[in-house]
Amino acid sequence: MSAHAEPHEHHGPPPIHYSSRVSPSVLGMFLFIASEIMLFGAFFTVYFFDRVVNKPFGGHWPPEGFHRPVFVALINTLILVTSSATMHWADTSIKKGNRAGLQAGLVLTLCLGFTFLFTQVIEYHRLGFATKDTSFASTFFGLTGLHGAHVFVGLMILLVMTVRAFRGHFSPEHHHGVEIGGIYWHFVDVMWIVVYVTVYLL
Amino acid sequence: MRNPFRSEADAFRFVWLTIGYFALIFLGSLINVWVGVAVLVVVTAVALRWLLRRGAQEAPVKQTPAASPPGEYRILVVANETVGGPELLSEIREHSRGQAARVLVVIPALNSPLRHWVSDEDEARAAAQARLDESLASMRQAGLDAAGEIGDGDPTLAIEDAVRTFQPDELIISTHPAGRSNWLERGVVEKARERFDLPVTHVIVDLADQT
Repeated sequence: MSAHAEPHEHHGPPPIHYSSRVSPSVLGMFLFIASEIMLFGAFFTVYFFDRVVNKPFGGHWPPEGFHRPVFVALINTLILVTSSATMHWADTSIKKGNRAGLQAGLVLTLCLGFTFLFTQVIEYHRLGFATKDTSFASTFFGLTGLHGAHVFVGLMILLVMTVRAFRGHFSPEHHHGVEIGGIYWHFVDVMWIVVYVTVYLL
Repeated sequence: MRNPFRSEADAFRFVWLTIGYFALIFLGSLINVWVGVAVLVVVTAVALRWLLRRGAQEAPVKQTPAASPPGEYRILVVANETVGGPELLSEIREHSRGQAARVLVVIPALNSPLRHWVSDEDEARAAAQARLDESLASMRQAGLDAAGEIGDGDPTLAIEDAVRTFQPDELIISTHPAGRSNWLERGVVEKARERFDLPVTHVIVDLADQT
């Protein structure tokens, strides 16, 4: 038997360091969520700074003459929460090997997501104010628009997932694509609840 | 704390928790703005406390390393100041007797918390390297096939990294006797037994007896 030491020219942190308490996929999700929190956080900071610190309309929020479509947004909230349930149904189905359930769940989620986005676009047209009309309008469109962009990205992911599901992809053992897409969709749902409560209700 | 977005099912549960969280805040704010703020503070504190306690109570996932190549027996040795102790050397020889054994010695680069946070680890690594060189020389004299590396400052993490890369058949952890061992106080041996699906041998080296 022989003994040998590894070469040690390396200076600084160890060349192989896996930080293995966190797996790469979980770490990726952490980083993604952190970046999203910073992005939404910047928009919420502007919103609350204007509303609480600036108080641009004498303490009236929204300013007089501006109306927030609370009821339509509530319907949209219910649509999005329902879409989370159908997404969960799709994921549970493929884990049990139920392909029809996966396909039906994804199609329903896709339809509900498109309905949400379509309703929001219609509502934008009926609001009666534009982004240039006061800081209230700017922050309103900024936050709801940022969320809408996330819904659009989520719908593209769902569309790909749905096409793949109908082409026979995914199985009880291999459904990572459904899992990750589902996490993103639920994240979009969570962000909408935050946006709905802060922008429409409070 | 457990990542609430670890799986689709976890994320779906988080959606409902979020709905409940904001519903309570909204109901509080209907009574009065300050009631809403109070509900926000209380519910946030309760939620954080629950998440932290849940994470602390959660048992670690037991890791089973991939099998070592056939015909080869791999021993992972983790030690720091006690790495040169004769008890450890005889234990390694005992465990590797009668088989083609490969030994990997991992010495965590132990550092002070302040130096760790400012990434000032040169001294810690140099000290660990000196101990490693010395112990490898001893093992060479004893006829063992040994290699070595410096590990993370956290011994459990250093073990975990080495388990993944080296795929050992067993683990030997060497410490000072109870009362003088920081690793024993921190439960490094118990954590290793809990976390890794490997035979773990704890060797106590009393350096005071050898001087």
